[in-house]
Amino acid sequence: MSSLQLHFDVDGEDFTRAGEASGSIKRTLKELGLTPDIIRNVAISVYEGEINMVIHANGGMIDCEVLPDVINVLLRDSGPGIADISLAMQEGYSTAPDNVRDLGFGAGMGLPNIKKYTDEMEIYSTPGVGTTIRLKVYIK
Amino acid sequence: MAEFFHSVRLDEEKCLGCTNCIKRCPTGAIRVRNGKAHIIKERCIDCGECIRVCPHHAKYAERESVSRILDFKYRIALPAPTLYGQFNNLDEVDYVLTGLKRLGFDDVFEVARGAELVSEATRLLIDSGEIKKPLISSACPAICRLIRVVFPKLIPQVVPLNSPMEEAGRLARKKAVKDTGLMSEEIGVFFITPCPAKITAIRQPIFLEKSNINGAIAITDIYPELLKEMDKLHNAEPLSKSGIIGVGWASSGGESSALLREKYLAADGIENVIKVLEEIEDEKLGNIDFIELNACTGGCVGGSLTAENPFVAKARIQHLRKYLPVSCNHLVVESIPDKMRWQKPLIGINIMSLGDNVVEAMDKMNRLNEIQARLPGLDCGTCGAPSCRALADDIVRGFASENDCVFRLREGLNVDCLQELIPAPFRRPKAQENKVSEVQK
Repeated sequence: MSSLQLHFDVDGEDFTRAGEASGSIKRTLKELGLTPDIIRNVAISVYEGEINMVIHANGGMIDCEVLPDVINVLLRDSGPGIADISLAMQEGYSTAPDNVRDLGFGAGMGLPNIKKYTDEMEIYSTPGVGTTIRLKVYIK
Repeated sequence: MAEFFHSVRLDEEKCLGCTNCIKRCPTGAIRVRNGKAHIIKERCIDCGECIRVCPHHAKYAERESVSRILDFKYRIALPAPTLYGQFNNLDEVDYVLTGLKRLGFDDVFEVARGAELVSEATRLLIDSGEIKKPLISSACPAICRLIRVVFPKLIPQVVPLNSPMEEAGRLARKKAVKDTGLMSEEIGVFFITPCPAKITAIRQPIFLEKSNINGAIAITDIYPELLKEMDKLHNAEPLSKSGIIGVGWASSGGESSALLREKYLAADGIENVIKVLEEIEDEKLGNIDFIELNACTGGCVGGSLTAENPFVAKARIQHLRKYLPVSCNHLVVESIPDKMRWQKPLIGINIMSLGDNVVEAMDKMNRLNEIQARLPGLDCGTCGAPSCRALADDIVRGFASENDCVFRLREGLNVDCLQELIPAPFRRPKAQENKVSEVQK
């Protein structure tokens, strides 16, 4: 079965580079001729994950796999982890610092948006070890 | 001193000689003489307040027509990020950029890209400590000109870097020369401008000998044709290369938030800006790192050559930039390129001083105060000056006489039988005793 694999190391040292990996995935999906809805769903959910990695976890890794019927994304970081995932999944809950809130971040919509724009989402986190998110967007 | 170029002009035919513009001019640069407004060149900062406020549309901005681009072999549009906020239901900046290419431009180079580089350089500048805090933004040309004539003491605190527009123009020209092999003279670089101050900054730059930009096209002029082209598009070319930081510069606070630090202040609207500059002069804002100042309400989205309400434009831009990368443009090495720095220092121009030496100035100031005490203090503007204080100032400088004041003139007509001939607002008040007794009743 044909597949396309994309890998990105997300730099946590330079906040101004956040969003580049998801932008690159978005351009690739456009070139594949996928529908705008699917592109939006993947682009927004990966974007939110990438921004979280940079704000909270000092970077991480993104792997994106495009299959004929589904797009699988794996977001991994070695950050501080999330102690209470159900709290973090609530809309409006945020621990983002003030200096990035001024750019429009920190509205507490990151994880809820990932949930909203994907068909499947799993999140695993261990405080002090890191966070992993697996998400799927089906190509219907 | 070089002749002042101004993009803000008066259409004498349309001017009725009313008091709207003289009252709103932030530098007191307009007088009505012989029934028409006159702009005092040395004082005008091209902020465009008078264009906005004139009910007769007698004030306008001198600018390039869109057809001027045809004078060049290769044409580049430099859209201000404000342009992105002018369109309803827009989801991607690429449609605007593709539309510009359909209008006859060979390439587009977003000013937002220049903004991201200036943001990065400003961060380095703040960290270096080479400039006294708070640093003052130099992006708004009306503010630079205001500081030059009214707050020259603050010049050392102004960020000595190209504006995003000039930086984008420089990089666009460099890229075009490399890509096309044409001579620089054959390449036309045009800024799509929200305001007249930028037009002046291109025609008569104060930080470099010659601008990298050939001319400015007003957003209001290009908007209708651009909208038509955009409506025809089914797909857009992937042309946009800017992120949240660059696009955010369109509205007040965008430049500051791009610095990724908390101790900043962003003021917009020329009257608010003047109050903030006074506070900096009084050294009341020492614990702030950076001060962003925009002459127009809301920032560049509030420019007098825009098509859309500034607050609507701001909301649209917030939507457009939501899922963009934080920044797409980065300095090649972590230092400020020499060419991004000003090529000429900002030099204060003392236009407010009353005399060449202190003795002369003090003498005139005493006379000014005496004259002002004789004026009614109504600031009615009928004399053609914005306030009684401004009239007294003009008299001392030899540009006006006390008889320009209708109330002073009335005192010369202080005969009962003439009172009926004077319009009611200007008649002599009833005797003082009557007034007092009426109040007591």
